[in-house]
Amino acid sequence: MISIKNLHASVEGKEILKGLNLEVKPGEVHAIMGPNGSGKSTLASVLAGREDYEVTEGEVTFNGKNLIELSAEDRAREGLFLAFQYPIEIPGVSNINFLKTAINEIREYKGLDPIDPKQFLALVKEKQKLVELDGKLANRSVNEGFSGGEKKRNEIFQMAMLEPTLGILDETDSGLDIDALRIVANGVNKLRSPERSFIVVTHYQRLLDYIVPDYVHVLYNGRIVKTGPKELALELEEKGYDWIKSDAQNAAV
Amino acid sequence: MADKNEILEEHISSEYKYGFVTDIDTEFAPKGLNEDIVRFISKKKNEPEWMLEYRLKAFRHWLTMEEPKHWAHLDYPAVNFQDISYYAAPKKKPTVNSMDEVDPELVKTFEKLGISLEEQKRLVGMESKIAVDAVIDSVSVKTTFKEVLAEKGIIFCSFSEAVHEHPELIRQYMGSVVPYTDNYYAALNSAVFSDGSFCYIPKGVRCPMELSTYFRINSSGTGQFERTLIVADEGAYVSYLEGCTAPQRDENQLHAAVVEIVAQKDGEVKYSTVQNWYPGDKNGKGGIYNFVTKRGICAGSNSKISWTQVETGSAITWKYPSVILKGDNSIGEFYSVAVTNNMQQADTGTKMLHIGRNTKSTIISKGISAGKSNNSYRGLVRISKGAKNARNFSQCDSLLMGDKCGAHTFPYIEIHDKSGVVEHEATTSKIGEDQIFYCNQRGIDTEKAIGLIVNGYCKEVLNQLPMEFAVEAQKLLAVSLEGSVG
Repeated sequence: MISIKNLHASVEGKEILKGLNLEVKPGEVHAIMGPNGSGKSTLASVLAGREDYEVTEGEVTFNGKNLIELSAEDRAREGLFLAFQYPIEIPGVSNINFLKTAINEIREYKGLDPIDPKQFLALVKEKQKLVELDGKLANRSVNEGFSGGEKKRNEIFQMAMLEPTLGILDETDSGLDIDALRIVANGVNKLRSPERSFIVVTHYQRLLDYIVPDYVHVLYNGRIVKTGPKELALELEEKGYDWIKSDAQNAAV
Repeated sequence: MADKNEILEEHISSEYKYGFVTDIDTEFAPKGLNEDIVRFISKKKNEPEWMLEYRLKAFRHWLTMEEPKHWAHLDYPAVNFQDISYYAAPKKKPTVNSMDEVDPELVKTFEKLGISLEEQKRLVGMESKIAVDAVIDSVSVKTTFKEVLAEKGIIFCSFSEAVHEHPELIRQYMGSVVPYTDNYYAALNSAVFSDGSFCYIPKGVRCPMELSTYFRINSSGTGQFERTLIVADEGAYVSYLEGCTAPQRDENQLHAAVVEIVAQKDGEVKYSTVQNWYPGDKNGKGGIYNFVTKRGICAGSNSKISWTQVETGSAITWKYPSVILKGDNSIGEFYSVAVTNNMQQADTGTKMLHIGRNTKSTIISKGISAGKSNNSYRGLVRISKGAKNARNFSQCDSLLMGDKCGAHTFPYIEIHDKSGVVEHEATTSKIGEDQIFYCNQRGIDTEKAIGLIVNGYCKEVLNQLPMEFAVEAQKLLAVSLEGSVG
């Protein structure tokens, strides 16, 4: 699915990722945890192709293609989806129109005809249910006036509509109350399949109670310093990150 | 940064779609302006004496006036009025009765512009029935659906024809809203106007189709001075659309039009414009100077006039479609999207003059500036003494793309009656890289993303346009702004 080797990336000349390795196979869910400033969101942004992030070294292969050479839109068209930590508002553009444009752009890239309007509406109806999204929200402007929870649900709704092969969730749990968290997690779980992988970036173990990962990685100082099964998340919750930090420092010495 | 520059480059080289010239045998008046030229135009049009008198009065008044250059936020060299030809007309019969008589080159020209002069073709799709008056350079070449409209007593014809066929209406209404003394360009237009459209909707008639005039400048070295007059008699309704394009040329061409609208008691006129005159190249060479006076009067009670404009073209736009709210309970509306890119300059807005009681006006203005352009909103809301309970709501939003353009807002508010309520809201925003990245991440490329974001921003205004034109306007906006985020 995606293979990241020795990835170095910097923002405004400052190196954030310092030789990151990660291998995600089809159908797997990988959780990325780590203390503040360890580079978790940077990883998500770099993979999605945000402009201010510069890859200085390393390689990323996504479905057999060199990801780094692709534009942000082509990465999306290849099946990479980023659920934003802070979803962006686009006033005056309805969610429906936005998604239809996106779907047809992706279809065009794949050499397919534009989606049939009826089929599209049926798809909207079906996928809305996944995240218990009100039908009215689909017709409102993209994220405009949405509550924090609605925005996150809308991200998952969009992901369901675009059917990516790799979903990256960037702190999707932040700012969610427990009910919204459950709805979002359920949505993601329903999208899990043998062909679809997820990278779940999170601060807290809480989300992983609902979206149970195959692997948990700890990111610290731009590198993955520990990898374990889902139980690792519980251990982190209990002990915090200090022991990881000192382990990492000792290893470096 | 490299990416952005590439995109910008791409946009700058994106071409004006309507820049072609048609090779039509054309008759010109000699360059320059004097009384003889005014007489020449009048004679060419075989006008009655009263019309010539009107032109001469306007011309003599114009001579006493000075070119207005001080108050508008515009910068351009003085216009040499002696270097313009004031009349250009296709040599073949200027007015025709059947399609066979229209120069096939002309038919092709309008087809290229997406306008069919063939009525049959339009009749097939029943919903999109639109009657068109096509004006090229100084003359109207063809008005469609005249007979169908005539059955309802609706008059829709070229201005020249109206002067001959309906002199009583022309004499009653011409200059009643925009007198020739109004301003410099209105005086000039009154002296040398060549053609335009006239439209009269009789009492109680709801016009069954959209009426539309399509203006095309074709010849070089000419100006276009058209006049449009729309009258909705008591209880009448009409929706009217105006479109315009011009060939791509290095010279600046002058377009100075006058539009007058009269709405009698319970009458309503909805006037929509999609202005796409050639804007000049990326360095500001060439392009149309668009100096236009548009004004309507809600003469009777409960009447309504609504202006909707999408302004994407012209090197310079100087235009303030206004409404005089004379009748009690009358309503004036102004919905505007003005886009400037490269070196374009626009100073546009409206005037809402409240005179009657319980009059209401709404102003929604969306300015979009890109490149090195300058975009100004200038609007006046005046509540006269005695205009009891007048209300105005104004919203002026500016959207900036890149950091080399300017957006300005000049609202003027004059309240002479204490019962008036005036609200003014203004915002300025930039298209965020975040918004574009968000679209990119969903598979939408930057060009399409800008189109999407801009159309969303303009939605309130685009919603006011008749359906077919809203679609056109959306495309036009995307094309005008291609790749202009920097």
